[in-house]
Amino acid sequence: MSAADTPKRSMRTPLGRVRNLGAAHSGTSDFWRQRITAVAMTLLMLPVIVVVMMTLGSNQAGAKVILGSLPIAVIMLLFIVASVWHMKIGMQVVIEDYIHNEKLKLISVMLNNFFSIAVALASTYAIVKLSSGV
Amino acid sequence: MQVYRWTLTMALSIVHRATGIALYAGTLLLVWWLVAAASGHAAYATVQAFTGSIIGRLIVFGYTWALMHHMLSGLRHLVWDLGYGFKANEREALTWGALIGGIVLTVLIWIIAYAIGGVR
Ligand code: HEM
Repeated sequence: MSAADTPKRSMRTPLGRVRNLGAAHSGTSDFWRQRITAVAMTLLMLPVIVVVMMTLGSNQAGAKVILGSLPIAVIMLLFIVASVWHMKIGMQVVIEDYIHNEKLKLISVMLNNFFSIAVALASTYAIVKLSSGV
Repeated sequence: MQVYRWTLTMALSIVHRATGIALYAGTLLLVWWLVAAASGHAAYATVQAFTGSIIGRLIVFGYTWALMHHMLSGLRHLVWDLGYGFKANEREALTWGALIGGIVLTVLIWIIAYAIGGVR
């Protein structure tokens, strides 16, 4: 959905409509991706909560067995991909809203990318390791 | 410019943003937990000691609420994105729903967690 076909009665402010078009000039696609990942996370929320509950009573050995099982590993990987992607876009929107100094903005956007990618890779590596029985 | 009512709906859009930022930081908990599980007994015991402590529990409880509230509040956004729920009463209902639903789900999750005896 582009700014132009946002309904007139929208609650979104003019700023709200244009803010995804910021520093990265990524246009409306980030807006759309943030919605896809939001829906994905909502669908994954119940399974993820169940997985976390399953591990609650156990020690590392138990947690390893649970998190290393294939369906659970896939659920966790999907959730991680969705949440990291979503939070990276979301934080970029926040940065573009509040930081108006170009250099500072660039640095913030970059750090946001570093942080998000580090979170994604560390989590993914952990799950792959848990699954491979090493 | 529409006639905005500076009510709950306005306040909660700030809360949506605040919880989004809190969840961003809270993701560190998720990574820490997964990496510790992949690392070994000692690392995992450290995480459990933290999440079992008073301050740890408060943080995880706060994270749970932020996640539940942000999810419901976000679903509200998706409803609006689809072009529904803009009437004043609908807007208020969605907003109250997100507010109350977030608290209810959070408490429910913690009751279940304690009930299955997992929270030590
Ligand atoms: C780990 C989980 C999550 C993190 C770290 C996260 C983070 C964020 C951040 C930082 C923002 C930007 C805030 C803003 O622009 O005001 C945001 C926005 C948003 N989030 Fe999340 N979020 C998470 C889960 C969810 C879930 C489960 C949903 C489900 C509906 C969701 C729906 C949304 C929506 C719709 C927006 C855009 C709001 C707008 O356009 O103003 N988020 N999120």
